[in-house]
Amino acid sequence: MDEIAPEYDVVVLGTGLTECVLSGVLSVKGKKVLHIDRNDHYGGEAASVNIEALFKKYGNYNKGEEPWKKYGRVNDWNIDLVPKLLMSSGELTNILVSTDVTRYLEFKQVAGSYVQQGAGPKATVAKRRMKVFIEWVGAFNLADPATHKGLDMNKCNMKDVYDKFGLEAGTRDFIGHAMALYQTDNYLNESGRAPESIERIRLYGNSVSRYGKSPYIYPLYGLGELPQGFARLSAIYGGTYMLNTNIDEILYDGTKAVGIKATMHDKTGDEPMKFTTKCKKILADPSYFPGKVQVTGQLLKAICILNHPLAGTDNCDSAQLIIPQSQVGRKHDIYIAVVSSAHSVCPKGYYIAIVSTIAETTANHHLELAPGFERLGRIEEKFMGPPIPLYEPLESGINDNIFISKSYDATSHFETTTDDVKDIYRRAEGHDLVVEGLREGTNLVGGE
Amino acid sequence: MAEATAPKPSSSVKLVLLGEAASSLVLRFVNNDFQENKEPTIGAAFLTQKCNLPTRTIKFEIWDTAGQERFASLAPMYYRNAQSALVVYDLTKPTSLIKAKHWVAELQRQASPGIVIALVGNKLDLTNETSGSSNAIGEDGDEAAEPEDDGDARKVSTAEAKTYAEEEGLLFFETSAKNGTNVTEVFTAIANAIPETSLKGARGPGATQSNANRAEDQSRVNLTGPRDNASKEGCAC
Repeated sequence: MDEIAPEYDVVVLGTGLTECVLSGVLSVKGKKVLHIDRNDHYGGEAASVNIEALFKKYGNYNKGEEPWKKYGRVNDWNIDLVPKLLMSSGELTNILVSTDVTRYLEFKQVAGSYVQQGAGPKATVAKRRMKVFIEWVGAFNLADPATHKGLDMNKCNMKDVYDKFGLEAGTRDFIGHAMALYQTDNYLNESGRAPESIERIRLYGNSVSRYGKSPYIYPLYGLGELPQGFARLSAIYGGTYMLNTNIDEILYDGTKAVGIKATMHDKTGDEPMKFTTKCKKILADPSYFPGKVQVTGQLLKAICILNHPLAGTDNCDSAQLIIPQSQVGRKHDIYIAVVSSAHSVCPKGYYIAIVSTIAETTANHHLELAPGFERLGRIEEKFMGPPIPLYEPLESGINDNIFISKSYDATSHFETTTDDVKDIYRRAEGHDLVVEGLREGTNLVGGE
Repeated sequence: MAEATAPKPSSSVKLVLLGEAASSLVLRFVNNDFQENKEPTIGAAFLTQKCNLPTRTIKFEIWDTAGQERFASLAPMYYRNAQSALVVYDLTKPTSLIKAKHWVAELQRQASPGIVIALVGNKLDLTNETSGSSNAIGEDGDEAAEPEDDGDARKVSTAEAKTYAEEEGLLFFETSAKNGTNVTEVFTAIANAIPETSLKGARGPGATQSNANRAEDQSRVNLTGPRDNASKEGCAC
């Protein structure tokens, strides 16, 4: 058995996307990384699982039954646990390109993006009546007051901006929820945040214009490929990977974490391997430090297997449908993300739809997602657990050298995930992560 | 020789490396280079090399484990869409053949059906056999007893490995990365064994770079644009 080094610059716990991007980036920057997961697979909460694993995770079948058997080869299924898509011009895409992780992955466009308006889905692309507003967003420059339409960007809110353009309620709903991707209407009245909203709309616009059909792209074989790709990047630059490994103890010197004791379990039945190693800092997902995180919300999520495309979406092989809160008397939007065999996530003829929202009640969560289920039509299988707590760290990590990530939130894309990556990087390394040219001038381990 | 100037069809084939010092064989194949005491994995995790066959050109996209197999942590992505695999053992170390058999089983479990697997016994230079004859089963007398004093460090007989390879339907070679014996032959044999049918259609990330596949599926996106095409052959990125 190979040796574990006596000391690492960074020990990373959990192989979710946030942790794997950080491992990859830190390894590229020359840090000696040990990356551990207690599970026997990559991805943590951001994994994609096969249909047998999904049934077993949710336990929604009778003992002795094997309901997954009627769905073809179990390994033809790669079902995401996190309902998200990539913005094609978003920061995760930028990181994928600057690290060359794109070599290991293949992406497809998501075929449609829709918002529920009254009775049916409406395509978010090609809405003409807000053309003037969108053109203004394109020309907007925070540093140039001449582009501000006479509004004070430090003080005004988005409601002021919409008023300026005389946009009606339906259009506001559309821009705020389908384009800026706000899940509530709180953003309307928060003064000084208009530039952020404009930036969100601009990202949406740039992403749509990149490939045309929707602002989203999606990796073949599911989102679980993303952490694997970044883990590979880390390994290429010398990162050490250990799955099936439990953390027995965090070693402290005063208040600061300085090492770990851990046990790697061997699937082949060999003796578990116990080891101790020192480290300068620890990066971890919230599940490794339950005492150092707080719950900020509850995500409701139901994974549904369909044998037909989403009604009203032109038989798209993939789509996002947003049901704005105003349409269904809620405070938070309901999201539906659909992918299919076109993305190598299931056998031909099947569609995987994930319905999600932020919990607003303490019981009957099923009813909160009902407007989403109605859009789906006939559902072959439905996997829905209790509300999923969303965690964030209590402290920055400066005091204890333990830098904890946030849970994957309810937004429909990974922009908040990359924000978290950059935030953790800044906290842990003391300077900003520059995405552009990440691999330029680096030396591969053992490379020429 | 008019037909010689016509471009031959070219296909990308993903090849994954597993087992003892597989990287050293690849370095010999790609760079015609050998380094003693090379790290188990070279880190240059994405090498490409063309293999010219009479009727077509195979461009190998060679994936190294990057050390992720050390603690049994290879990701499923590694096996994904691999059309060929090189499983290497050290013919002076019987335990390395046991490991190689484990990798073959793992490939049969996780990789696409129809993957072409080559089992390769390396370090032929440490035996006292003449180079070049290694693809044939040696005389039985040679294999049974290996006197150390005649400079033969072989501990795995050709017959044993070859029998196993035949049972499992693997290509089989004995090579020396150090002096180059049989190295090109391994890759040529793999290239020849890839069924023509599996070369059609999009397979793996590399496939997006061919125009034929791009036309086939409009919704695939190329995030890196023309940058990939500019990368040079055999580069270590």
